[in-house]
Order: sequence, then C-alpha cells, then structure tokens
Amino acid sequence: MTTLAKPARSAPPQPGAPKPRGGYRRLGDLKIALFFIAPAMIGFIFFYVVPTIRGVYLSFTEYNILGDPTWVGMDNYTAIAKDPLFWNSLAVTGQYVLINIVLQTALALGLALLMHQVAKSTLIRGALLLPYLMSNVIAALLWFWMLDYQIGVVNQFIEWAGLPRVAFFGSEEWAIPTQAVINTWRHMGYTALLIFAGLQAIPGNIYEVAKLDGASAFQTFRKITIPLLRPVLVLVLVVTVIGSFQVFDTVAVTTQGGPVNATRVIQYYIYQRAFTESDFGYGSAIAVILFLILALVAFIQMKFLKGNESDLD
Amino acid sequence: MTSTTSRAPQQAPARRRRPFNTRRAGAWALLVLAIAVSVLPFLWVLRTALSTNSALAANSASLLPADFTFGAFMRVFGLQSPADAIAEGGSGATIDFWLYLKNSIIFSSITTAGAVFFSAMAAYAFARLRWRGRNAVFSLFLGTMLVPPIFTALPNFLLIKNLDLLNTMLGMVLPYVFMTPFAIFFLRQFFLNMSREVEEAAMLDGAKHLRIFFQIVLPNAAAPIATLALLTFIGQWNEYFWPLLVGSQDDVRVLQVGLGVFKSQAPQGSPDWSGLMAATLVSALPVLILFAAFGKKIVNSIGFSGIK
Repeated sequence: MTTLAKPARSAPPQPGAPKPRGGYRRLGDLKIALFFIAPAMIGFIFFYVVPTIRGVYLSFTEYNILGDPTWVGMDNYTAIAKDPLFWNSLAVTGQYVLINIVLQTALALGLALLMHQVAKSTLIRGALLLPYLMSNVIAALLWFWMLDYQIGVVNQFIEWAGLPRVAFFGSEEWAIPTQAVINTWRHMGYTALLIFAGLQAIPGNIYEVAKLDGASAFQTFRKITIPLLRPVLVLVLVVTVIGSFQVFDTVAVTTQGGPVNATRVIQYYIYQRAFTESDFGYGSAIAVILFLILALVAFIQMKFLKGNESDLD
Repeated sequence: MTSTTSRAPQQAPARRRRPFNTRRAGAWALLVLAIAVSVLPFLWVLRTALSTNSALAANSASLLPADFTFGAFMRVFGLQSPADAIAEGGSGATIDFWLYLKNSIIFSSITTAGAVFFSAMAAYAFARLRWRGRNAVFSLFLGTMLVPPIFTALPNFLLIKNLDLLNTMLGMVLPYVFMTPFAIFFLRQFFLNMSREVEEAAMLDGAKHLRIFFQIVLPNAAAPIATLALLTFIGQWNEYFWPLLVGSQDDVRVLQVGLGVFKSQAPQGSPDWSGLMAATLVSALPVLILFAAFGKKIVNSIGFSGIK
C-alpha cells in the first residue's frame, strides 16, 4: 500500500512515529475496530441475536408472562397444525400477498416505464412517492374515511355511477382486497422508483441496436427490458412479498381482524395470541413459522429467478 | 441534446413541431392519473379537516370544505371546550396531542441520532479498518435484516418488561438506538469509496482513528449521513407496532398510537371524521415539511435504498 519499509515485528511503537505495518497493525486495528463496533454490537446482540434465540426457545414453552416458561416440546406446533384460526390467517395473508404482488408489480412496472419514456422529472417522482412517506396508520385512516359506507366519497361516486354501495371494510369478501389495495396505494410509487432506477441502468445503445434490427416495441420489452431488469424485479418481488406477509398496522387500525375472521392476518393473530390472550409460547411458535415461510420465500425467489446474476455483461 | 442537432427529428425540443402523438398523450394521461391518485387523497383529508361533521354528511362529495371551520384542528390541540367539541361531533374527551407530538419528536430524534451515529462508527470499522473476522461479522449484521420484526418483537417486549422499562421512553428507544442493519450497510458503501490518501496523510501526522473518524470521515460523508438521518427519522416517526407494545400509556404514547386512540373515541355511532382527519394531517405534518424541504434528496435516495 505505502512504500514505507516494514519495521521488525517486535519493534516497540514509538510515540509520534508512523504506525508500523503488518501483523502489529492488524492487531492494533482489531482493538480499535472493537471500540468502534461496540455500541452496534450491544444492539446487535441484545436486540437481534438473543431475542432470536429466545423466540425459538419460547416457541417450545407455555408462557403467560406471570410465571416461568414451562417446556412443552412440540405441543405448540402440533396445536397450530390443528388450529383452524391459524390456517385461516395463513389463507387470508396469502390472499393479501397475492393481490399485492400482482397489482403492485404490474402498476409499478407500468409507472416506471411511463416515467422512463415520458417524464423523468423529480417533481413527478416526488408526487408518486408521497403516499410511501406516510405511515400505515395514516394511510389506513385516510382510506377508512374515503371508503366509508355512509358518507365516504368513493361510495358517493359509486352511487352516482348507478352501482350499489360497497361495504369495503364491513363485508367478508371485500375486507382483504381493500386492505391490499390500500397497501398497493402506499407502495406503488416506491416500487416504481426502484424499477425506474433499474431501467436507467440499462445502456441505451442496446435499444438502438434492437431498433436497427427491426424489433417491435413489444419484442424489445420482452426480450431486452424484462431480462435486463430481472435483478431489480426479483428484489421488488422479495421486498413486496416479505413486506406484505407482515401486514399489521392497517388491520389493527381499521378492521381488527374482522368481519368474522376475514382480516385476521398472521401477524395480527400472533399479536392477539401473545398480548391479548397472554399466550407467548403459542404466539412465538406462529412467529417461528412466519419466519420460516419468509426465509423460504426469499430463498426460492433468489434461486429460481437467479436474482444475483444480471444479464448485463 | 443541443439545438444544433435538430436534424434528428426525435431530438428536437418538445415545443417545436412535434406531431401530436396519441401514444405519448395517452402515456401522459396515465401518469397524471397516477399522480392524482397519489396526491388527491391528501387534499380530501384537508377538506374534511376544515369541515364540520354535521355538514359532511350532507355534502359528502363537494371538493370545498363543508361549513368551513378550524374547529377540528382546535379540537385536536385541545383548544376547544368540551361543549363545543360535542356540538361539532367530537367526543368531548380531551386528547393530549401536544404530549403525543412531543413524545414522537423525542422518540424519533433520539433513535435517529443514536442509530445513525453508532451505525457510522460500526460502518467505519467495517469499511476502513482491517481486522480478522470482519467480513463474517458484517454478514451476520446484514443477516439480521432478514429477521422479521414481529419475530424479535415478542422477546424484546419481554426483555424490556424484565428490565422494568415498559411505558418508559428508554424502553421504547433501546432496540433502535444502537444501530439499524440498514444504516450500517448504507454508510459502509460510502465509506468504502472514500480515498485512502487523506486518511494516510493524517495517520502519518500521528492522528488517531478517533480523530480521523470525526474530522475526516464524518465531514466527508455529510451528505449520505444527512440522507440516512432523513430516511431513518421518517421511518421512526411512522413506527407503530413497537410503540404500541411498549408505550401504550399516555405519558410516552407517540402520535401514531394516539391516532388509533383518537379513532376509537367516537361518540355514539359515527366517528368524528373531521377531527380524525385533522389529527391525521397534524401527524403527517413533520414528514410533509421534511419532504417539502428535502424532497429531491429523498427521491434520489430511493434507487439506492432498494439495493439492500
């Protein structure tokens, strides 16, 4: 790195002299590194590592916070396997995730293409990003009001169009799609910006060559844009799926799991079991299952869509 | 791009005889529609917040405020007498929004300052120092980004409870204040790209790492640090789940949690919509102000923040 002569390893450091290189320096850096990393390490160990281990441990216990956890082995997991509310929460969450993937990715891809080809202005991108900067609670309340059955503006328009009013949050068939659309509204612009960033990374001369070869717009899109965009699309899919599996805020603020069990998503069910019913062991076991599902989803998406490789070479 | 190249028709400036293009017009129309869907709800919230509840029911679709009043905002800030509040459709119960606002500011500021500073220290160790096991430890830190928050939230809640810190600001702040994996990752990227020369020169002068960190690395990375602080603050301001678990009592309750309470305090039947929308706007205000001031910075950071 530098042209300084390497001092003997055993040479004592002289105050004010240039730092010796080699083994001594590495040892010195380790000490300094430990100092610099110490605060982050405290947070990492106490709020990530230990909780992860403790969460797995709790999932094998029965624990109501008041006493000590009692080891029950696989009991929580076998109970979950027979728990209709769990399977319902899984189905409901699946429905929510599915609507989000399809709607959000399609809309965001469309928006990104529009921005890329028509207007790259920061103002437009900013306007589209606005919903993403709001909290889930605010997004939920805003739509809770606009979609109100009695005096919500959306139902007013629906009535003007000569259609029957929709109980967006109050009917079992509409509750989850409504939650999913609210989430799509909040994330659409953000996702579009991610894809937009990916589009801008594609070199323009590839398109010129395609044009010379007489490729149609659709062919160019299918044969060039999509393959070159694959790493970004994989990322977007992973972020969308993992994010929407953990839906909680909007449900907690609007429907609280209802009507009946229509919006009792996994995370809300965990919350209810652990905090409302003080069953931390059972809640932790569902959390472990959610963790495994998310890890599996990320693994499959990375593996099958070959997210780490780009065709851009 | 310059005007001299106007021989190529597709490069001519837009205002000079670009033939009307239906596809382009259609694209613009779709873009405008998307912007409208993103922005109009906020105008609708403002309009509602400036209306009275009784007039809302009768004018449910006019764009202007129905029976214009600042009553809802006064109600939110506790400036309205209970009798007036009930007359306008409020619950008459007082909600201490100033307190929630203060709590939100304290919670978001402390966690942002701590997480950004300590993450910067760690990022320095990961990017600029050479030590055994560096990459392995960094991978471990990154791995925590994959753990879903709900999974660590239950044991973290128990830890905070065991420490007897439930419903204290310290308990709310602790899990965030030491670092966030994303902040470490974000800053490491920038620190890696800094030139070593300045650092080496300083080192030959006998400067210690602490001085290099404070006087060279931090000032040189001021822009990314500011962007990260901005993103972290907005994220913390919007946090709901953890403050709901740990800070559900009045004295530490943040705005996001307070909003939920405000919603459930409805008088018989219909909620206090104008009050609720005023409260929503007040809660969003700091983010809106930051966005107005640093919009470009935020927008431009999105491409990067996605590449986790």
